[in-house]
Amino acid sequence: MKYIDEFRRRDLALKLAGAIAAEVEPSRRYNLMEFCGGHTHAIFRYGVQDLMPGNVRFVHGPGCPVCVLPIARIDNAIELVERQGVILCTYADMLRVPASGRRSLMKARAGGGDVRMVYSTQDALRIARDNPGRQVVFFAIGFETTTPPTAVAIQQAQAEGLTNFSVFCNHVLTPPAIRAILETPREPDRGALAIDGILGPSHVSTVIGSRPYEPFAEAFGIPIVIAGFEPLDVMQSVRLLIRQLNQGRHAVENEYTRAVTRDGNPKAQALVAEVLELRETFEWRGLGWLPNSALRIKDSFADFDTERRFELTPSPEQDVKGCECPAILRGAKRPTDCKLFGKACTPENPMGACMVSSEGSCAAYWTYGRFRGESAA
Amino acid sequence: MCLAIPARVESIDPSNAMAQVSLDGVRKEISLALVDDVAVGDYVLIHVGYALNKISEEEAQQTLELFAEAGLLGAVN
Amino acid sequence: MNSRDKIDMTHGGGGRAMAQLIESLFLKHFDNELLRQGNDQAAFEVAAGRLVMSTDGHVISPLFFPGGDIGSLAVHGTINDVAMAGAWPLYLSAGFILEEGFPLADLERIVISMASASREAGVPVVTGDTKVVERGKGDGVFITTTGIGRVPEGVAISGDRARPGDQILLSGTLGDHGVAIMSSRENLQFETSIRSDSAALHTLVAAMVAASGEIHCLRDPTRGGLAATLNELARQSGVGMRLRETAIPIRPEVNAACELLGLDPLYVANEGKLVCICPPEAAEAVLHAMKAHPLGREAAIIGEVAADPYGLVQMETRFGGHRVVDWIAGEQLPRIC
Repeated sequence: MKYIDEFRRRDLALKLAGAIAAEVEPSRRYNLMEFCGGHTHAIFRYGVQDLMPGNVRFVHGPGCPVCVLPIARIDNAIELVERQGVILCTYADMLRVPASGRRSLMKARAGGGDVRMVYSTQDALRIARDNPGRQVVFFAIGFETTTPPTAVAIQQAQAEGLTNFSVFCNHVLTPPAIRAILETPREPDRGALAIDGILGPSHVSTVIGSRPYEPFAEAFGIPIVIAGFEPLDVMQSVRLLIRQLNQGRHAVENEYTRAVTRDGNPKAQALVAEVLELRETFEWRGLGWLPNSALRIKDSFADFDTERRFELTPSPEQDVKGCECPAILRGAKRPTDCKLFGKACTPENPMGACMVSSEGSCAAYWTYGRFRGESAA
Repeated sequence: MCLAIPARVESIDPSNAMAQVSLDGVRKEISLALVDDVAVGDYVLIHVGYALNKISEEEAQQTLELFAEAGLLGAVN
Repeated sequence: MNSRDKIDMTHGGGGRAMAQLIESLFLKHFDNELLRQGNDQAAFEVAAGRLVMSTDGHVISPLFFPGGDIGSLAVHGTINDVAMAGAWPLYLSAGFILEEGFPLADLERIVISMASASREAGVPVVTGDTKVVERGKGDGVFITTTGIGRVPEGVAISGDRARPGDQILLSGTLGDHGVAIMSSRENLQFETSIRSDSAALHTLVAAMVAASGEIHCLRDPTRGGLAATLNELARQSGVGMRLRETAIPIRPEVNAACELLGLDPLYVANEGKLVCICPPEAAEAVLHAMKAHPLGREAAIIGEVAADPYGLVQMETRFGGHRVVDWIAGEQLPRIC
């Protein structure tokens, strides 16, 4: 597969591993946060940590839109299915996320609810056209990568005059989440990890460009490298971060130049700006209420806003006793620091966001990384 | 983060901004609504059924060269 | 048969309509001596020895997919379950639960496919049952197949016999069936030439057992893929496993489809492949026998069994690192993140 296989080559991995080992200062620790779930996945799936020197550690960030979606919003989606009888179209990632009372969209479907897995917003539009007598709701989640496809669908729905289609909008923004993490006070004596550098999101950046990260590198004095999706990209980005740290620099660098530019995708950005606008504040699971961190549908497209079409019950955020997701999402603690990890909380029985999605820190760690060093390799 | 895969544009239908892309023999219909100036033979990044961007062949080559150099340069900064 | 005909409740009522359905469809296509006796059961002699019995319910959707259908899948699946004990399959039974409104033409298509699979494999369907449920209470058709087989003298194949040092062999490419199914599913539509690998493996098993009497374990990696099967065997035997990613055969198209959907091929279902665990001294002979068989041309040694108090299945990645190949909770779903 072109542009994929070349970036997974073992011979190049060994070269980069050697280069990184040569560049690290032996007495220094490098704690690098990979913001995105996709990077967490790549690191574990390919065993990238094994190729790193011992003083380079990955801190897993909250870049998993499934993980940060508050329970209340999933409750709303279930409510739409069970009480309003809509056809709810959702990406597969959301199906098993536990909401309150251990319910989920998958369980709602088992109970007779019309929950349909879709690959694309185009599928949701097709379902709406094929079922003119039913209300069809698209459960929109995701960061800036996934937002433009939602905007396109809403525009198309308006152009076609679809009266039975609406979007339940939960799109969130990356820069406010990065700020929230960088603003988290570090408490090293309580096991918190300092973050020395950030591996920036690959595909969010193809849309928003590398420019939005520049204020953070400046204000917080930490280097940010936009890292491609493949394991060699991750390694090269680690190398660039280490180099900056050794040189005392803190700039935004782009490793993923084959898909990311400083400006991003202006067409996609303009489309989003036409259909969606900032919410004053939005609740993130684990990160709390963040200002200007999420999007809602503009008045000009009010007809396609699920929240205006249906009455949705707000429900209070529920904390699970002992669950360390808030700290883990911020990189302040590790999965193994949580008392519930591997005991009450496992992928079969996830208690919090971090274990639910396979991108979440705890799930990724459980699936790929537990027992590292404890078992004969 | 977001799963996006590079795929080759095999055919374009300008009437509805859709294209057929292929990845090692697997073909899928996707939307070009988010990109301009795409031609058959281009590689685009696919996410949830949409092309997000074109892949730059030149930049890809340069990136691979940087990786390959790594072994040669060693500790030289 | 009229192509507009559909199953209705009388077909399950035990009366003339049901008898007509059985005769014109099931008896006609499955036709064999035992069925022709027309009893509610099949009576036969078996040579003295150890018998094996296995049963499977088939509830798949879609019913028809590239490379097969629920019927051929049912026949192959049960033959394979019997064969995984090293047994030679003798007879099959088939129970049908039909939903009111199910098109008779589709049913005939499925039965013809089953009969063909059964004939090709040389394992007849000798008894069966038909029931009809009300509309909405079944997914078109559910099929349950049971098979019996005979284990040759001296063969003792079981999931708890894997030992450290044993080699792990895989009979061919992973993920073909799961990808073929997914390409036919609504809302995932992608085009591919990949067909299901659904096949009866009993002659392959016979060739392997003839090559070596030392085989410890056999299992076919169906639902949950290779990962589920190896984890099951590891748990049953109280061992761990060490795989090499570069040794595992996967078709480029299957890899590509998995990339597109965010799936890991190790967890994708197969219906015509098997995993074999045998001592190192037997591995070469068994591998040779596999490669000589049409269903084992791409067979490979993909790893070995290791002592491991945690019972982990680990893999050396193509990248040079290591990862755990865990047992995932539930079915693997496509992802966007």
